[in-house]
Amino acid sequence: MVSEFAGFASLAPAYPEMLLAVCAMALLMIGVFAKKEIAPSISGIAIGVLIAVGVLIVFGGTEGTIFAGGFINDGFARFMKVLIIAGSVFALILTVSTAADKGLNKFEYPVLIVLATLGMLMMVSANDLMSLYVGLELQSLSLYVLAAFRRDSAKATEAGLKYFVLGALSSGMLLYGASLVYGFTGHTQLDQIAQAVALGERNVGIIFGLVFLLAGLAFKISAVPFHMWTPDVYEGAPTPVTAFFASAPKVAAMALLIRIVFDAFEPIARDWQQVIIFISIASMVLAAFAAIGQRNLKRLIAFSSIGHVGFALVGLSAGNLVGVEGVAIYMAVYLTMTIGLFACILALKNEDGYVENIDDLAGLSQNRPFVAAMIAMFMFSLIGLPPLAGFFAKWHVFLAAIEARLFILAVIGMLASAVSAFYYLRVVKVMYFDEPVNSYATPAIELRFVMALTGFLVLSYYFTVGAPLAQLAHNAAGSLF
Amino acid sequence: MTPVIGLGHFLTVAAILFTIGVFGIFLNRKNIIIILMSVELILLAVNINFVAFSAHLQDLVGQVFALLILTVAAAEAAIGLAILVIFFRNRGSIAVDDVNMMKG
Repeated sequence: MVSEFAGFASLAPAYPEMLLAVCAMALLMIGVFAKKEIAPSISGIAIGVLIAVGVLIVFGGTEGTIFAGGFINDGFARFMKVLIIAGSVFALILTVSTAADKGLNKFEYPVLIVLATLGMLMMVSANDLMSLYVGLELQSLSLYVLAAFRRDSAKATEAGLKYFVLGALSSGMLLYGASLVYGFTGHTQLDQIAQAVALGERNVGIIFGLVFLLAGLAFKISAVPFHMWTPDVYEGAPTPVTAFFASAPKVAAMALLIRIVFDAFEPIARDWQQVIIFISIASMVLAAFAAIGQRNLKRLIAFSSIGHVGFALVGLSAGNLVGVEGVAIYMAVYLTMTIGLFACILALKNEDGYVENIDDLAGLSQNRPFVAAMIAMFMFSLIGLPPLAGFFAKWHVFLAAIEARLFILAVIGMLASAVSAFYYLRVVKVMYFDEPVNSYATPAIELRFVMALTGFLVLSYYFTVGAPLAQLAHNAAGSLF
Repeated sequence: MTPVIGLGHFLTVAAILFTIGVFGIFLNRKNIIIILMSVELILLAVNINFVAFSAHLQDLVGQVFALLILTVAAAEAAIGLAILVIFFRNRGSIAVDDVNMMKG
């Protein structure tokens, strides 16, 4: 293997990641050596750095494969990276006014978010099982620490511990799968694996490796039957951290899953399609029924996110370009809805602190009509009612499933969607038809800004961002085929 | 004549270690430290796999991968122990049965 390093210019496809890595180190150094408390300014700089990296990805993106095939930057990677950056930036914005109350006003918090984002960008660009693993671990290790960031909170540390144990197990399964794939194909690079898989006859070792890889990734996207950590971690972690968990890492893990199944295992699509269809159905159905009994808003969102991963996987099950396009659109819309919903939850603060139980939302429409209307709209969008964004996202993935003649999967998906309407609507009912029990403080200005922005995007999806987003997703998916 | 130890033997040992690790996580009801040890066991099983395949294929990539896994495993253990320490400070126990504040 000859090194192809020919000067700094040959590293152009990785410039955004390199900039982010250098800035993360710089922020850490500033935080360590600063004499006084400068967490807010580090947070501000981190937001600036992330936006700069996002601009670099959009406008300065050189596409290509470098590091002996270990790192690839293509249209798909750029689309997903922009989503990830957006998720991280909004997660930091949501922390601006809530950091002190939630115990997140330490400079390590933005640094960890930036490092996790760097890991996610590496995951999306990974073209080799090695770079994939290192990127995934950089992301996961940062997230474990973030989950347990409130050292004095018993719930947060328990969430961190559970996340760590199950995350480490999932990494182990993913690695075991990677070792089998390496052993039976002789390669770790995704396109070379695809060639070896296409040439050889059906091999049990490769199928085993594939299944272990998928199991490890299913943990990361919290798909059933590997979802059990999600409700506990979402409930226990500080709410701004939960907002981050529910947005960017999901997109990154989904992008990684898409890249692995299409770049490395395209020749045995029939085999992985069965697995994806199974976890898709299981996620949709289990989430629809398990969420009904939940009393905690964050647990409810955890089950909702499990269900939405199931819906996104409907698109992936189709195994064609339309399906990947649908998943890309779905993740973009889901990211917007999640960020908006968490902005609303963080705005619910009364004299006792932050409210997390559904029953405490009673009569919210009389106290805070704007927040209540926003929550109601996000709930309707999560159900998938037209003309909101959630409807079009579901429409794209189900359309792909129908085109691939997966009628049973589509029907089960629709039914699960109808069942899940019950628990979303219950929140709306409590807000609008129950007697008020709490009085809430005025939301901070940046929370109102995030609510208004995401609310506008969700409401006007069809007339504003819908068509351009579909075109971008189409181009992104096209670069994989 | 001594029997030759081949690829199959290494893979069997790795598979057994991996299974022990997974069962150690799920069946152990006593101590969280044992869970951390099980995680290490899983990663070492994977390393045996990689090195065995690497020798069998006459290809160095597998050994490079094994080195990376060793490095990351060290970082992972450090973070796991750190989280375990703050958990112990809050709860005064590291029994698996005491990790039960959130359920459902």
